[in-house]
Amino acid sequence: MRKALHFGDAGTQHGADGRLRHLLSMEGLRDREILHILDTAESFLEIGQRVIKKTPTLRGRTIVNLFFENSTRTRSTFELAAKRLSADVLNIAVSTSSQSKGESLLDTVDNLRAMHVDGFVIRHPEAGAAHQVARHVGGEALVINAGDGQHAHPTQALLDVFTIRHYRGPMENLVVAIVGDVLHSRVARSQIYALSILGCPEIRVIGPRTLVPAELSALGVHVYHDLDAGLQGADVVCALRLQRERMEAHRLPSLDEYHRRFGLTSQRLEKAAPGALVLHPGPINRGVEIASELADGPQSVILAQVTHGLAVRMAVLTLLAGALGGEEE
Amino acid sequence: MRRLLRGAHIIDPATGFDAVADLAIAGGRILARGQIPGDFMAEEVLDGSGLVACPGLVEMALQAHTPGHGRDGDLASELRAAVAGGVVHVALSPDTDPCADTAGVIHQQRAMAAALGLAKVYPTGALTRQLAGEALSEMATLQEAGAVAFSQGGRAVSNGALLRLALAYAADFALPVLLHSEDALLAADGVMHEGALSVRLGLAGRTAIAEQVGVMRDLAIAQLVDCPVHLRHLSTMAALDAVQAARRRGQQLTADVSVHHLLLTEQDVGLFNTRAKVLPPLRPGGERGALRQALAQGQIDVISSDHCPWGVDRMGQTFAQAPFGIAAVELLLPLTLRLVDEGVVDLATAIGLLTTGPARALGLPTPSLAPGAPADLCIFAADQYFVVDPRQLVSRGKNLPYGQWELRGKVRYTLVDGHLVYRA
Repeated sequence: MRKALHFGDAGTQHGADGRLRHLLSMEGLRDREILHILDTAESFLEIGQRVIKKTPTLRGRTIVNLFFENSTRTRSTFELAAKRLSADVLNIAVSTSSQSKGESLLDTVDNLRAMHVDGFVIRHPEAGAAHQVARHVGGEALVINAGDGQHAHPTQALLDVFTIRHYRGPMENLVVAIVGDVLHSRVARSQIYALSILGCPEIRVIGPRTLVPAELSALGVHVYHDLDAGLQGADVVCALRLQRERMEAHRLPSLDEYHRRFGLTSQRLEKAAPGALVLHPGPINRGVEIASELADGPQSVILAQVTHGLAVRMAVLTLLAGALGGEEE
Repeated sequence: MRRLLRGAHIIDPATGFDAVADLAIAGGRILARGQIPGDFMAEEVLDGSGLVACPGLVEMALQAHTPGHGRDGDLASELRAAVAGGVVHVALSPDTDPCADTAGVIHQQRAMAAALGLAKVYPTGALTRQLAGEALSEMATLQEAGAVAFSQGGRAVSNGALLRLALAYAADFALPVLLHSEDALLAADGVMHEGALSVRLGLAGRTAIAEQVGVMRDLAIAQLVDCPVHLRHLSTMAALDAVQAARRRGQQLTADVSVHHLLLTEQDVGLFNTRAKVLPPLRPGGERGALRQALAQGQIDVISSDHCPWGVDRMGQTFAQAPFGIAAVELLLPLTLRLVDEGVVDLATAIGLLTTGPARALGLPTPSLAPGAPADLCIFAADQYFVVDPRQLVSRGKNLPYGQWELRGKVRYTLVDGHLVYRA
């Protein structure tokens, strides 16, 4: 059932020496690589609690946040992560409409390369954009995928497994349920790969057939179209954001009906294991995919995810920068 | 010029001739085959030893982007590519910009082709105005201008009522009608085959049943109005089944498969490889197997390269943005020989699928190497292997997923009406 996990990633993320030089997707990563990132993030979590939150790790390096799509959480945590590592940070928000009239993605990247930057953090509305940039720059700069279309969002998945491990220990004994629009979710895809690689024995995806098609089982997950059945005994429940476009595309009749069938509430969560952890990548639609009382309740770790996201992004930047060439002090 | 091709292995599907023989060419025609008249004085002798000679190949769908914007391959660059691939007869797809829905475009294409003097060019006219599938094109005018067929290029007619009228109207002209059959709403904005792989990559999928439904509907409409049709680039087993069912009903139709769908699968998309983005999308191995079986059983009339040369500046685009299409007319023969090597069809059948098959589907005279026939030849080194380097191809389009493939069958000479238009 897990066969699809072994398509391989053609080595785009790994250099010729086998070291991780870009982070583009969870697919193709080894468990020890993920664990190394998580362990490194643990040490950065501690730094975040100090009065002086900066380390000199990336001093003299320049990181570009190249965002072709809106983002608050991801962009600000990447910016803060780079700043806390003493890197210089350039934030570029490109509206894709203006890009379509002007220069191509690779031309934009080439202009920034000409400024000798060390890393690109890229968010783009289209799948494969970060891979394309990584293939283009090779080993010259690090590339981190901060979300590409509906394909992958690896640092989100890393912060999710970090959070799960933080509260529940290793994945090996956990049942994890992902609820919502899995088909269109880059977060869910990356979560599924991260959890599988870390040995999670049972990953469930729950949602209506229009958002959770049978093909998903090729990713090695169990597909449920009934929330109560899917939540039964789950140790961790990951909610996904429901985009309003899904309504316009007729994948759902109404948000109310979606909430009635698949909205997470304290009552529905009773089917899950006692004290089950509730995650959400944000931003949340209160009263749609998750009820306020649950989002703000004791089982929710939604804000802890944000804190962890900062530590995880510091860890990823540190490890990838370590694989970059150039003289070190 | 009088030429003698000495000692080549001549394969002529039209006459079933398949032997090593000499071929005399004079006055732009085949003068003699085998027994060369004693008084024949050749001005040039081509050494054919170790080479195969067959009728010049026919490509039924080449997107020349003429008229167009100049950033992509155009008629001049792509006809050079065609003759470098032994392709002598080139039917142009109507999806130019503006499209071939006016006599002016057809005249322009013919005039340019005549000035170039490379391959023989056959414009196809748009079946519907602007290929939009909303109104009939001026088919009589297009035929007068020189269109040899009506086509929708790579676009389906989503309005079934309009297709019915278009086919009924087209039936008056006895010109072939080439259809890209697909249910546009089911196909939606899919950029690759819908399945586990599209789900994994987060790319919008194009369901195989869009083709099945499209083919079934188009065949039913064609039967209703009694119009023969040619179905372009079929890619699924279900579509082939529909074709066979229609043939059993006695319906007149022909069908082609692109060489890409016979050789590649959806796995060739790999990690967002835009060079493998083609319409219809590359399918799973099971569908490819069904296409190969249908080819072996003679259910397919034509192998096409569906040549679509995009300029290099398109390469910087993401998978979803990148245009559909593969540029491979130069490799049509070597890629087809790969199918021979893999035991799908024998060499003579393969050559038939590249010559007599497409000529029949397009209503062109049967390509032949019989005495008296026009001296249109493709002469190739059947046993010489080479490694594909897209940069070295003549075509301006470098959008092909065959880089580093080891193929055989490099074309050595291409003759059009006795003129040597390409020599390797």
